[in-house]
Amino acid sequence: MAKAATAPAGAFFANWRQNIIYIGFAVIFVVFALTLNDKGFLNPNNLLNIVRQTAMIAVMAVAMTFVLSAGEIDLSVGAVAGLATVTVAMAIAVAGPFGGILAGLATGLAVGVFNGWLTTRIGIPSFLTTLAMMGIAKGVAMWISDTAAVPILSPSYSWVFGGGSIGKVPVLMFWMAVIAGVGHVALRRSGFGRRVLATGGGETAARYSGIDTAAIKFRVLVLSSCAASLAGMLYAGRLQSGRFQLGEGDELSVIAAAVLGGTSLFGGKGTVVGTIVGALMIGLINNGLILMGLEFSQQLIARGGIIILAVALSQKKR
Amino acid sequence: MTAPAPVAVRMTGISKSFGGIRALDNVDFEVLAGEVHALLGGNGAGKSTILKVLNGVHVPEEGNIVVGGQPLAAHTPEAARAAGIAMNFQEMSLIPTLTVAQNIFLTREARDARGMIDDADSIRRAQAIFDMLQVQVDPVALVGDLGAGQKQLTEIAKAISQKARVLILDEPSTALSVSDVERLFVFLRQLKAEGVAIIYVSHRMDEIARIADRATILRDGKHVITAPLADLPIDVMIEHIVGKKSKGLADVARGDATRGEVLLELSAVTGPHKPEEVSFALHRGEVLGLAGLLGSGRSALARVIAGIEPAIAGEIRIKGQKVAIRRPADAIAKGIALVPEARATQGIIPAHSVADNMVMAVVGRISPRGFVDRARVRAITDDMIQRLSVKTASRDHAVSTLSGGNQQKVVIGKWLATEPEILILDEPTAGIDIGSKAEIIRLVRDLARSGKGVIVISSELSELLTACDRILVMADGRAHQMLDRAELDDPSETNPEHALQAAERRLQVEIQKALSIKEAEHG
Repeated sequence: MAKAATAPAGAFFANWRQNIIYIGFAVIFVVFALTLNDKGFLNPNNLLNIVRQTAMIAVMAVAMTFVLSAGEIDLSVGAVAGLATVTVAMAIAVAGPFGGILAGLATGLAVGVFNGWLTTRIGIPSFLTTLAMMGIAKGVAMWISDTAAVPILSPSYSWVFGGGSIGKVPVLMFWMAVIAGVGHVALRRSGFGRRVLATGGGETAARYSGIDTAAIKFRVLVLSSCAASLAGMLYAGRLQSGRFQLGEGDELSVIAAAVLGGTSLFGGKGTVVGTIVGALMIGLINNGLILMGLEFSQQLIARGGIIILAVALSQKKR
Repeated sequence: MTAPAPVAVRMTGISKSFGGIRALDNVDFEVLAGEVHALLGGNGAGKSTILKVLNGVHVPEEGNIVVGGQPLAAHTPEAARAAGIAMNFQEMSLIPTLTVAQNIFLTREARDARGMIDDADSIRRAQAIFDMLQVQVDPVALVGDLGAGQKQLTEIAKAISQKARVLILDEPSTALSVSDVERLFVFLRQLKAEGVAIIYVSHRMDEIARIADRATILRDGKHVITAPLADLPIDVMIEHIVGKKSKGLADVARGDATRGEVLLELSAVTGPHKPEEVSFALHRGEVLGLAGLLGSGRSALARVIAGIEPAIAGEIRIKGQKVAIRRPADAIAKGIALVPEARATQGIIPAHSVADNMVMAVVGRISPRGFVDRARVRAITDDMIQRLSVKTASRDHAVSTLSGGNQQKVVIGKWLATEPEILILDEPTAGIDIGSKAEIIRLVRDLARSGKGVIVISSELSELLTACDRILVMADGRAHQMLDRAELDDPSETNPEHALQAAERRLQVEIQKALSIKEAEHG
């Protein structure tokens, strides 16, 4: 029995470069637990706070795992989340919570279809399409809101989308778990997930195998924008307002979370579980550095250094 | 009563052009159920094109296709597959980041009760196919980690897993060992007995002779003959494949080489994969050809000499001096230049100007104080344009605006700018029209005459015969025989076209002989 149990563990450490994210997460957690215990790191409230701060990044990063696995990229997620906070808040003001939800989803769908159309039909690389969309989404959000915060006066909406908690467990954690679970099964076990990985792993070969690679790319970009709008709805619910600044710069954390988790920037390789741990690790680092009392400037430097170290360790030896 | 075997595939009047070049011209092709039908022809004969038409990758301009009595619904891979056609794509259909089993059943994965992909089932079925073929391939290995032979077996397994009515195997044996090929044949005979139509493409006539029932030969995009194999002994097959030579090449005068000192000498040189223990000497003023099929180690030998895949054993001497070539820079410093096979990716930067491409390999030499000396760029470029008669609107035009033949001249010019003594050209005329081919070959002759040693690799034998003074026949990574070009000539033949044709047949026979030596060794 003991032998059977050690064999997978042995393989886990033999492939330590592949699993560096899990090892790194554990190491950082233990280091913070030992050094920051007196500052309340292990306090359940603090740990749940990390989850609260990570949930939006995690939701977007799950979709980004699909986008990167298909060999594409989406730089517009942060700005689309910001735009969605504004459209949701404005729609709730006139049409109530359900109108708000519909407006949020419609925002993501519209941007995603536009991104996908430009990338797969017009042939503009997704890097450029979504770089341009980043500016457009932010501009629209500033324009329609007059750059002012739009308050949300619906407690039920705020409870469901990010503000509430069941007992001690924040609702955001359920959102994160559900998206992660669905994403994991879809990437690992569904025909769609397999086609995404095939498209990113070798587009010509995938096409020869009868896969409509343009349709796959279109769908992952729509998926990504919809996930971004969901993240925006969560931001809006948690902060009870819509503002164009919400989600600003998130695209970098989202991509970093996926890459830290072992998803390849060049396509064909990705895991949702790794992405979630990557997102949590970024949240963990942010939290620990704040508790250490570092200034914001020092936090930025330390965070960048840790991410570079983790990705460097995960590289295959040449 | 036994009815005649039903027709599995009937293609009639198929025509297809690529950019003005007619790849297929009104070709008929018919395959019966329960036969192995060999498809033969030289490079550019149209074999791959007609198979891709049948498989739905290319859309023909004319002609129609009937599969199992039904006209093909559409010219797409999906329609072809629905009609029961499966094909191996010479590694083109494998995704390196997926496992062997995932690749074999891609888009046809087994689903469990909840509609989710059941990988365990794919692994089981992949293992069953490999067991049936009695070969060792790990179904859970990543395809990107496999060697060429294992990839080829995966491709074959993918094709046969589709339980097709028509199975197309395009050069399935290039990377397989002799025993693997034998087991593949046993399996193909089983499929045949079940009534599957098998189309088999190979350059190896010994294989064709063992497995095929009938053969169709194409040449220059036209149908030449379809006949039972009993009516096609190897020399007749070769005659049909070679056919009449168009003028162009036969007109190139070879002239006499004045062989000088030994420039490059290899003794028992072995590369990381291929070649194995190759020895030969290249003299100043001569053109040496490397002949052999794909996978024979010709290009690998070139890469060893150029330092791209450094030798792991043996000795390389340049002008009598033993040298160590560990990196491409070492080879360039020793006066060796390799004009690589894939012109568009390894030879030129298409969007850059003729001048920028020409000086790419000598930028360091013409930038004395860190700034590129533009006068020297102009001088070098104009000199090369004139010397190689490159047809370009100006030296500042992008190389992509030039014809294939002139692009190749730019690549040659780029390497001549390094002033090499030893020039290696890998498939220098691939994808070039016949007129430019003759011009490139004349250029090769001129370079040798000017005192360089030149090595030419080509799959087109008539080209090798026109360009070279001596030809080294390779098979399976080994050098088998050094042929003097003059030995292949029949002195009584005065018509240059017939003479070239006769020489090509002799060289074909030697290449096939080299293959059978390998068989005997392993057998």
